Amino acid sequence: MSYTNQRVAYGSTLVELGRENPDIVVLDADLGGSTMGKMFEQAYPKRHYEMGIAEANMTSVAAGLAQTGKIPFTNSFAVFAGGRAYDQIRQTIAIGKLNVKICGSSAGLSDFGDGATHQSVEDMAIMRAIPNMTVLCPADANETVEAVKAMVEMDGPCYIRLNRNDYPNVTEEGRKFQIGEPTLMREGKDIVVFATGYMVNLAMQAAEELKDEMSVKVVNVSTIKPMNTEAILRLAKDCKAVVTAEEHSIVGGLGSAISEVLRKECKPIEYVGLNDTFGCSAHNYKDVLAYHGLTKEHMVETIREMNR
Amino acid sequence: MGYSRELIEDLEKKARKLRRDVIISIGVGVAGHVGGSNSAADIVTALYFYKMRHDPKNPHMEDRDRFLLSKGHVAILQYAALAEAGYFPVEDLKKTKEIGSYLQGHPDVIKTPGIEAGTGSLGQGLSIGLGMALGLTADEIDRKVYVLLGDGELAEGQVWEAAMAAGAYKAENLVAIVDKNNLQAQGKVVERMDSNPLIPKWESFGWRVIECDGHNMEAILTALDAADEKTGKPTVIIANTVKGKGVSFAENVVGYHNGALTEETYQQALEELS
Repeated sequence: MSYTNQRVAYGSTLVELGRENPDIVVLDADLGGSTMGKMFEQAYPKRHYEMGIAEANMTSVAAGLAQTGKIPFTNSFAVFAGGRAYDQIRQTIAIGKLNVKICGSSAGLSDFGDGATHQSVEDMAIMRAIPNMTVLCPADANETVEAVKAMVEMDGPCYIRLNRNDYPNVTEEGRKFQIGEPTLMREGKDIVVFATGYMVNLAMQAAEELKDEMSVKVVNVSTIKPMNTEAILRLAKDCKAVVTAEEHSIVGGLGSAISEVLRKECKPIEYVGLNDTFGCSAHNYKDVLAYHGLTKEHMVETIREMNR
Repeated sequence: MGYSRELIEDLEKKARKLRRDVIISIGVGVAGHVGGSNSAADIVTALYFYKMRHDPKNPHMEDRDRFLLSKGHVAILQYAALAEAGYFPVEDLKKTKEIGSYLQGHPDVIKTPGIEAGTGSLGQGLSIGLGMALGLTADEIDRKVYVLLGDGELAEGQVWEAAMAAGAYKAENLVAIVDKNNLQAQGKVVERMDSNPLIPKWESFGWRVIECDGHNMEAILTALDAADEKTGKPTVIIANTVKGKGVSFAENVVGYHNGALTEETYQQALEELS
């Protein structure tokens, strides 16, 4: 079954996995209709816990459920799942390496209408800074399906960041998700673009547009942590410059993570992302992305500059 | 309910031993949580040595009762109880807070046998306990989850998120115990953030409330046994206690929330607890 929305892919996959695995339980904080936790609730009402509008409690309850052998998934918008419940995640789940899965839904700018309060531009930075935490940011719905399977297979805390909106898949359906493995999406030798989430889609378009001018390599980095140092070094090696692209602040996210890996390489790096700013409301997703420079055009310009 | 004199005396002796072990593990010249450990010592004794089903040889036994120290800063008290119960050697208590020690300043679920979850960022233990209670219910395991909270801790909003959720879920296998010693780190609870009146608060969140003298062993056992009665509600035991109980110079003294002992006061404390 193919999906074009990460939330639907997420909810459907949990239902599918829940059929075989009775330990999977899902918690929502009155946003199940949006996080698609409601799909699990409809399929397995006894294994879905509605916790009301109380994300801190929901997250600690999930910690307790994990300690009785359950595999809890907590759902909310990313600003709340990873932001409001930061301390609960840090103190009990991460220090204790508890098997809790946290879903940051409607992440980045993807909740375009609600504005800065509901747009997570720092969730990857926060989650990435927590020891013991695995951080995933799948590129599209296809990859989300496989990432959720990998989350259930791994033991320990894991944060997944999902987009709210529909868009075409760029990754192959049914390709097994290996946590920590970046995917080479397009071969190239001049510039390498490390992209995550929806930006993989834009990076592919930019590389295509530039194909007569230069050779652009595109890498989908869907595991933000643990960062695969060896793979990133190998993929960057023959390119003269690096561009990173994320729907997130350039402070602490993918760009920072890639820079940490490449710190001894003396290679120019440029970031495409939010320039240490909050998001804002817009009538549609495209507009809010454009306002913050997250477009194919801006990516093309940035890549060109780095190739000079 | 009648309890044999032998049982009560045995438990009282154990509680004294735990208080002594707390003093020994704190030692001289280094700050430690004397006050809140001693106010909770009788309750913790009653749980580990009378009420709870648990096995030091098999800490992860599925069919066990669980204890969470939401007021995680008195970890030394829980360590004293775990050591006395046989989870690890009593001699190791002196290694608490040493570099590399398996006995950390706050409970650590990975490092220390018998710890059920990391606690200490106040206000979170009741939520964790509710999760365990829901998990046990889902698995049809008829055991309880006991969560010890401080009365100062009740200012944390998450406590009331958990209280509301436990009431809504009718989590009758969840027992909260409030160590109501009326003092917190910087002064009297009523002067920092008055959490009174407690009884109507908890009742209005859907809880059954039992009040008891937290230093009368028979009263504690009676309260814990009464909490077994299935009423379709979670239970909270409000235990009226004295901060620093058992060490005369520390009783009701804010400075011993996390205070250091001198050679002289150390010896005096051990003498009073002998």
